[in-house]
Amino acid sequence: MSALLAQVVPFERPPIDWHAVAPELVLLGFGALLTTIDVVLLERGRKFTAPLAGVALLATMIPIITLAVDGADRTLFNGAYVVDNFALIMKAVFLLSGYVVVLLSTNYIAEGDYWENEYYGMLISSILGMVVMASARDLITIFVALELLSIPAYLMATWRKRDLKSNEAGLKYYLMGVFASAVMLYGMSLLYGESGTTILADIGPVLGAQADSSTITSLAIVFVVAGFAFKVSAVPFHTWAPDTYEGAPTPVTAFLAVASKAAGFVALVQLIFVGFWGRGDVYEPLMWVLAAASMTVGNLIALRQTNMVRLMAYSGIASAGYIMAPLAVAGVSADVADEALRAVVTYLVIYAAMNLGVFAVIMAVARKTRSAEITSYAGLFGYAPGLTIAMTVFLMSLAGIPPLGGWWAKFAVFKALASANTAWGWALAVVAAVNSVIALYYYLSVLRTMWADEAPDGDVAPIRVPAALVTALALTGIATLAFGVYPPLVNDVADVSLLGVGG
Amino acid sequence: MMLNQFLLLAAALFCIGVYGVLTRRNGVLVLMSVELILNAVNINLVAFGAFRDNVMGDVFAVFVIAVAAAEVGVGLALVLLMYRNRRSIDFTEVDALKG
Repeated sequence: MSALLAQVVPFERPPIDWHAVAPELVLLGFGALLTTIDVVLLERGRKFTAPLAGVALLATMIPIITLAVDGADRTLFNGAYVVDNFALIMKAVFLLSGYVVVLLSTNYIAEGDYWENEYYGMLISSILGMVVMASARDLITIFVALELLSIPAYLMATWRKRDLKSNEAGLKYYLMGVFASAVMLYGMSLLYGESGTTILADIGPVLGAQADSSTITSLAIVFVVAGFAFKVSAVPFHTWAPDTYEGAPTPVTAFLAVASKAAGFVALVQLIFVGFWGRGDVYEPLMWVLAAASMTVGNLIALRQTNMVRLMAYSGIASAGYIMAPLAVAGVSADVADEALRAVVTYLVIYAAMNLGVFAVIMAVARKTRSAEITSYAGLFGYAPGLTIAMTVFLMSLAGIPPLGGWWAKFAVFKALASANTAWGWALAVVAAVNSVIALYYYLSVLRTMWADEAPDGDVAPIRVPAALVTALALTGIATLAFGVYPPLVNDVADVSLLGVGG
Repeated sequence: MMLNQFLLLAAALFCIGVYGVLTRRNGVLVLMSVELILNAVNINLVAFGAFRDNVMGDVFAVFVIAVAAAEVGVGLALVLLMYRNRRSIDFTEVDALKG
């Protein structure tokens, strides 16, 4: 025993840049405070939890802003944790969309008599996982961040405990989720075996040095990408999404559709631009197929949906296809890679604003109609003109109609595909263009129901929208419009760089 | 070191696990199949770590074990919830939402 102890090298803590990890620490501190308040104040603490969760997310923005002002790229733990421009922008997206989800949840959770404190605790730990994911450049960190953001989300999807639909939503999400992350882990173990390291920046050169992709490398990349394709609900890993979105509480659906999907893309971008860089011969065809299938299948099935939330689920699957499309040409050259990275980030930022907006309107309307069926939106313009106009803005933006934010998102994707100037790139651009037209059809038919049809049963009592929802609508609406009419804002957002091999 | 034997064992476990997830209809058996896949991952990681004389594989395996425990905890809670509401843990009966 003493001989064994003698071999042990005294542990020296690696130097930690506290400023770089300040956002995570602030969020963790607030999460702990939230739980402490619950334990100490019990029922009396209920009224503090929602505002405190909002404050937690906004307070975490402060260190992110100071890091952005400072501007230096920071690398911790031999490259396992990186704070660069890309990480900061994605962290801001997660926190702000988390804040909007808190606004959406405030009345829903309080009035439904659900467990409030635990709900916000889960939400904050899930967002903490996403914030970590944006900096994770190491297989172990990516895995831990993925589980930290997924495990609370499984529980949040099941939050309506007595409701069979909510049970089913959570169970399907959980089963598909653990299966996908287990397959992803198998891929990661092969990556580790192939390269002997878990740091993405060291894996990249090893994989890139192979003249021809070895079987193990190809298998590893396919497995890891499949794991994240589940997270972003890309076809053929999308089957959970419509059921989970419909059965889960609506604010949780908004959270899964925006923040959770963005987190999956963040991981995918980091893996492709750093870890798999140089193995374009493997990931490009994979991304091409996933993108084309997601766009086409998502849009075609969306055409025959009668429920607004399921429609949004399929529209989200199609959007996942658009966001993946630039990744299918990322490996052509360094310039194209830059363009692809910009397209992905621009799309994710604008998508977060407009999609959360749609869910805010869905929740406001459901307060009166208690339903998300598209028929229940009939005649909405007659008694809720404000909500109708908001929904029109958000849906037109999703369809990519010019002066709105979504137009720039789609434009960035086409620009990236065109800049590659390869046959495959152009082919994917054609698929995306055809799909944009299909998407326009089902968005317009929802709008026609709202503007032109008669209200069912002639019920035209106005909808009372609580203050938190109004704030959420205002924030997302302003963001959607601002990105559309003020292009410099898009340029600022898209001016990202990723510290690593490729980007 | 004989790396191949370990990798073959892991690959076999992985295939059994995937087969189990896809065919079993009992909630607890599906969870056990997922555990099989995770154990295949652990064998891979430890074998590669020993083969390359690198400690990261062992570290990764410890993380996988710890996180898998949390994951299965949540999974069993969900299966228990399903049992309370329906008196059954057969997944074929979970069809309130059109798939």
